[in-house]
Amino acid sequence: MGKKILEVKNLTTKYITRFGENVYAVDDVSLTVEEGKSLGIAGESGCGKSTLALSLMGYYFPPLHYTSGDISVDGKLITQMKPDTIRKSILGKEIAYIPQAAMNALNPTQKIISFIEDVIHAHEPKMPKNDIYDMAKKRFEELGLPATVLNQHSVELSGGMKQRTVIAISTILSPKVLIADEPSSALDVTSQKMVIKMLRNLMDKGYIKSMIFITHELPLLYNVTDDIMVMYAGQVVEKGTAKEMIFTPTHPYSKGLMGSIIVPEEGTRDVKLCAIPGTPPNLKKLPGGCRFAKRCAYVTSECKVNPVGLREYGDGRSYRCIIDAEKLQEGYANE
Amino acid sequence: MNNKRNLCLSGKNVTKVFGLGNKKNVAVDNVDFEFYEGDLISIVGESGSGKTTLAKMLLGLTKITKGEIFFQDKLRDISTHKKKKEYWTNIQAIFQDPFSAYNTFLKIDSVLLDCINMRGGKHFAMDKKIQLMTEACSFVNLKYAELTNKYPFELSGGQMQRLMIARIFLLKPKILLADEPTSMIDACSRATILDMLMNLRNEIGTTIIFITHDIGLAYYISDSVYIMEHGKFVERGTAEEVIIHSKADYTKRLISDVPKIHEEWDLTTV
Repeated sequence: MGKKILEVKNLTTKYITRFGENVYAVDDVSLTVEEGKSLGIAGESGCGKSTLALSLMGYYFPPLHYTSGDISVDGKLITQMKPDTIRKSILGKEIAYIPQAAMNALNPTQKIISFIEDVIHAHEPKMPKNDIYDMAKKRFEELGLPATVLNQHSVELSGGMKQRTVIAISTILSPKVLIADEPSSALDVTSQKMVIKMLRNLMDKGYIKSMIFITHELPLLYNVTDDIMVMYAGQVVEKGTAKEMIFTPTHPYSKGLMGSIIVPEEGTRDVKLCAIPGTPPNLKKLPGGCRFAKRCAYVTSECKVNPVGLREYGDGRSYRCIIDAEKLQEGYANE
Repeated sequence: MNNKRNLCLSGKNVTKVFGLGNKKNVAVDNVDFEFYEGDLISIVGESGSGKTTLAKMLLGLTKITKGEIFFQDKLRDISTHKKKKEYWTNIQAIFQDPFSAYNTFLKIDSVLLDCINMRGGKHFAMDKKIQLMTEACSFVNLKYAELTNKYPFELSGGQMQRLMIARIFLLKPKILLADEPTSMIDACSRATILDMLMNLRNEIGTTIIFITHDIGLAYYISDSVYIMEHGKFVERGTAEEVIIHSKADYTKRLISDVPKIHEEWDLTTV
């Protein structure tokens, strides 16, 4: 067991709408990321992936509110800190975040180097500009970006280049945890591969200690991360290593997600994709029992009444279903 | 394959040049193509390879610098506004971003009612119109009763894109041009949308031109595939020919860039 970099225990956060309704977008989520490991988070749109990313940074702005649970980064409990302390001492240095719309994150009137100066001056106000330039140049070249980018404006860069520049800027202070929220969904396959290569590079060179990668592309997660966690309607429904999750998914929802994978390999053309019917539940009025019951093919009368907890199974895996894992696997084999 | 195959849309030496002199940029370079009726055709390429420019020319949204486009074996004439409107009854499009495709001030009912009115349903009784709308919604697995009196922004991205397909179902065009319809949608709804496009083809016989950068999707959905690089078609043929037995280096590179699950993904090639 490596050193635990990020540890989250029973985290619950909610949105308060303008009508005063509580929407629990992250509900009782626990996770740990060890040093040198990466965790992938998968799920449909609206399942709480991005809210989890925001909550992990401990940076709560209305309508997002903290309810309960603990987040500790490298032993420091950040849920008890004031927002100002978090902004000054945690963000950028301990946790870095790449937003979903990173393509639009750069101000078109500034040169790339001035963003880097901004980031560094926020934490070390006295560092001279020449040193910053040398440091940025060295880092950019190591990551395979040309140093000329530093003196350009963001409009001169292509989409893939912009995305990689944003990653380089947000990791310039060597944070312990990098949270990447769909960093490659807006890119074509070749640029996507370059982004992935760069993230791997950052991990291998030790500039970031651990990574959380959020996406809905499962083949990508399999190639990038060590563990995969599947979320549904704010809850974790299954956790396991990448290999286990792709080849032997247990929860019916994970199974459905794996069924929607498309790869250009011989023989995949005639296989009918099995999309999950229906839509996710409305988080404002959640059903009483299992949240997936309405769309599940293995539903029993008990599912709709009793809420289900996470169950341990096998070697560090857990899933949220009242049916035994072996029975579910048997069911999938007979399909 | 059908014995009798009619040409639906074809082009000869189609070229599009942006700018002049030193800043000349050839977006689409002398391409020929033949799209047959009832086929599902994919055009695959990276960003900046000229896919969308070609799509805009097919739709008649931008002028062609050089070359000709034939619609049903006749030279396409869109010189006047009236002729353009007539052409657009035959060709319709679905775009990448479902969020900006709708008029925010119009309710969903009126979006669908417009389509019925445009296809000569103006004098129908309200009952008949509702029946048609319900039919179109159930074709894309939506419930009309839940949608009525709602605005487009109250729907999710996948639902909006499905409503777009319901529109096409009512309009019944000869050709549907789908420009990356699934790139902003999560993997799970993507499968549903692809299946719906295939149903649409089987049900009303629309020729579908599917533009994508994901070669996996192209292999799953299409009959014939065109691979585009720097404004030129580098490879064309049936899906099996192009993707499983590909010849061009560019195609091979595109395939190797897709994340794999059954073999090792080689990260050193980029």
